[in-house]
Amino acid sequence: MKRFTGFIKKEFYHIFRDRRSLFILFGMPIAQILLFGFAITNEINNVDIAILDRSNDVNTQEIIHKISASKYFSIKQIITREADIASVFEKGQVKAVLNFEKDFSQNLIKQHQATVQIITDATDPNTANTISNYVNAMLQQYQKELNKNIKIAYQIVPQTRMVYNPELKSVYMFVPGVMTIILMLVSAMMTSISITREKELGTMEILLVSPLKPFQVIIGKVFPYIFLSIINAVVIVMLSVFIFKMPVQGSLLLLALESVLFIITALALGILISTISATQQTAMMISLMGLMLPVILLSGFIFPISSMPLPLQIISNIIPAKWFIIIIKGIMLKGVGIGFIWKETLILLGMTVFFIGLSVKKYKIRLE
Amino acid sequence: MNNNVIEVKNLTKTFGDFTAVNAITFEVKKGEIFGFLGANGAGKTTAMKMLIGISKPTSGKAQVAGFDVFTHAEDVKQSIGYMSQKFALYDDLTVKENITFFGGIYGLSRKRIEEKRCELVEDLGLKDIVNQLVGALPLGWKQKIAFSVSLLHDPKIVFLDEPTGGVDPITRRQFWEMIYKAAHQGTTVFVTTHYMDEAEYCDRVSIMVNGKIEALDTPKKLKEQFRAENMNDVFLKLARSPSPTLTNGNEVNTDKN
Amino acid sequence: MSISVSNISKSYKNVNALQNISFDVKPGELFGLIGPDGAGKTTLFRILTTLLVPDAGHATVTDLDVVTHYKAIRNSVGYMPGKFSLYQDLTVEENLHFFATIFGTTIEENYDLIKDIYVQIEPFKKRRAGKLSGGMKQKLALSCALIHKPNVLFLDEPTTGVDPVSRKEFWDMLKRLQQKDITILVSTPYMDEAALCDRIALMQNGKILEIDTPAAIVKHYPKTIYNVSSNNMYQLLESLKAYKHHYSIYPFGEFVHYSDKRTDFNTEDLKAYLESRNLSNINIEKTAATIEDTFMELAK
Repeated sequence: MKRFTGFIKKEFYHIFRDRRSLFILFGMPIAQILLFGFAITNEINNVDIAILDRSNDVNTQEIIHKISASKYFSIKQIITREADIASVFEKGQVKAVLNFEKDFSQNLIKQHQATVQIITDATDPNTANTISNYVNAMLQQYQKELNKNIKIAYQIVPQTRMVYNPELKSVYMFVPGVMTIILMLVSAMMTSISITREKELGTMEILLVSPLKPFQVIIGKVFPYIFLSIINAVVIVMLSVFIFKMPVQGSLLLLALESVLFIITALALGILISTISATQQTAMMISLMGLMLPVILLSGFIFPISSMPLPLQIISNIIPAKWFIIIIKGIMLKGVGIGFIWKETLILLGMTVFFIGLSVKKYKIRLE
Repeated sequence: MNNNVIEVKNLTKTFGDFTAVNAITFEVKKGEIFGFLGANGAGKTTAMKMLIGISKPTSGKAQVAGFDVFTHAEDVKQSIGYMSQKFALYDDLTVKENITFFGGIYGLSRKRIEEKRCELVEDLGLKDIVNQLVGALPLGWKQKIAFSVSLLHDPKIVFLDEPTGGVDPITRRQFWEMIYKAAHQGTTVFVTTHYMDEAEYCDRVSIMVNGKIEALDTPKKLKEQFRAENMNDVFLKLARSPSPTLTNGNEVNTDKN
Repeated sequence: MSISVSNISKSYKNVNALQNISFDVKPGELFGLIGPDGAGKTTLFRILTTLLVPDAGHATVTDLDVVTHYKAIRNSVGYMPGKFSLYQDLTVEENLHFFATIFGTTIEENYDLIKDIYVQIEPFKKRRAGKLSGGMKQKLALSCALIHKPNVLFLDEPTTGVDPVSRKEFWDMLKRLQQKDITILVSTPYMDEAALCDRIALMQNGKILEIDTPAAIVKHYPKTIYNVSSNNMYQLLESLKAYKHHYSIYPFGEFVHYSDKRTDFNTEDLKAYLESRNLSNINIEKTAATIEDTFMELAK
């Protein structure tokens, strides 16, 4: 036991003396959360648009007024010719153009139908979609106001209610993802780097030629990172609760336990990576390419899994992060208990056991 | 026109309050094999970096191949060759590719590179290995080829940093024969090393201790002067005389990096 | 026997690192493996310290087999790899303390053994290992390798890259350790260090060229060697090579070590020849063969 505590003490010396890594370790989660929370967002605000009003009558003026009064859009330009539409897009000055047809009011009254064309810049498809939805909603609203006094025979009025994230805040979506990335990065990359560093320095040779058993070396190397990862998880949850007012609906204890489980999964992956890489550089490359990219792309963090092609949907199942994101979304946003996430937990547990088993088997007691 | 290709006067380099090179003065003649000796951290690498134009002196004067290292560092670089034990050639390029690359960075014409390569292949008997990756060659081969490559652009002076460490005794002698030949043809050879047996081969050697040159003469005269059997003993006697560096450990390791 | 190696072979991909190596080291002996880079010294060390398994042959350390009893061996040997293998970001004291703990001992318990060496670096015990000079790093590494009182000490090129003063101090320390009944196997590329060992094995390209005491090895040199010098080294070498009776010509610092094919060799003949080649200040005298001469003769 004394050998073991001596080893862990040494690990902490390494960690605390490497200021730069320490900074990354604790600075990164904070920076990421703030970045995702404030800067990257799916909501639209003050989007520049242009108006082509060929009718210029009461109705079009009212609509334009409504749009410009909303906080979502600001009218940047009024154009007069259809030919100008292409050029304003090309200059990149606006994201959308509203094109009112000629004789808008007259058509509306006489034919009970008038057309406004919404042209959006779809180089950024998400934003384009959002813009057209918002404009549509406003037109609907205006239509309702016009029809206030008229009774229509049959009408279906859809009533949408967004549950769990009623204000559609994107930070709610990012926090679980960022937490997953950070825990993966700290646990897997940092451990794999710290183990390969010993190989590179040649100190692993001395540790091997000592009475320390291999599993003691490994546990000694990963233990400090369990500790650091837990601190990171706490910091992330606190930031999201206090700065972004994100509620934790479910049990904090369950959240903590699930996080520890995921940390161990990531550590096991880290050990596995260290057994197959000889240098810190390789370990870092494998961690980044092999772990980070799948976490970002295939875990459902940014891109919904249900809209992926089938092969990718299948692949996403073997990514531990996917299950962890489901679990913490469940706990934090839906407030569910273990009864609803036992399946995901079991999958994660199974993966962990598998990775640990594999790395124990792969771990070499010699240099070859 | 004097015959000195290197002239150094009171050359000094300080890092903060640490004086790595302390007012050294010496000359090296054309065609001479000059050994530049010192313990780790004695300042020899720092001094050499100034001479090859990659480190600016704090004070003093140094002329290399007729150019001032302060003001004409780029001209200095054009007139010297450099080879070190740590890095000599690219392991993942073939011998031929290395030659072409290094010839290219010194601005040799394609035709000239071709000529030089044939010459080199002939001299070293490289025919069978010219298309092999350098990484696959034995250390001795690499060092011999690296030395020849450093001479590709016919430099006036070639700087060698511990050129034969770890090389087997026979190859090491072949290496020294190449150095003798280069010197015979008028190239000045400047060797920094802390391998004392390399020092024995030099025409003249200087020994640096704590940033100063404490001895400078032919190996033979130094051995007489210190009543020593070999250069190793000369070195031991010099460094053993109360030397703060080696007993208090306050040396700054400028040799690494 | 403290170390016994019989018919060990080991190869990587397409390199035969060791070919049929056999030797024994007696208890308390200071045994040297002498050879350039690529001779196979490090591979041999790794096999003996249980870090590699040989392709063929057997080896024992303190009568324990290196393959089957690797755990027991790991408890009782000290190993200093060729590359400086301590934690650069830990202080001198922390490094030593760490190695003591993982071997289940304390610095105090075995202080006697390392005292000699450690006192020299003790003034800097609060300094990070990465900031030590080359010589001091070696002393710290040796202290760490000794801290658990090993029976056998493996030192892989401990003096490479270290200046002559530190090298000398290092060998003095080894001599003193030997007095404390520690068997030492040391490797070095420096031929001049061979003389400091009890017995040596000359190695090249994975083979042992010869094993004996340093004194006996130089006696085996088959020829008489002459130191030849003149005013111009390059021309001297060229002339000697053109001399049809030469047996071997090797530059040795300011001299050339020359030996002749003939049994009735006369230095005057050679002198006359060299003078005919316009060399002056010619000096030819008999000299004793060195280990390096023998090595080159055997490696030819």
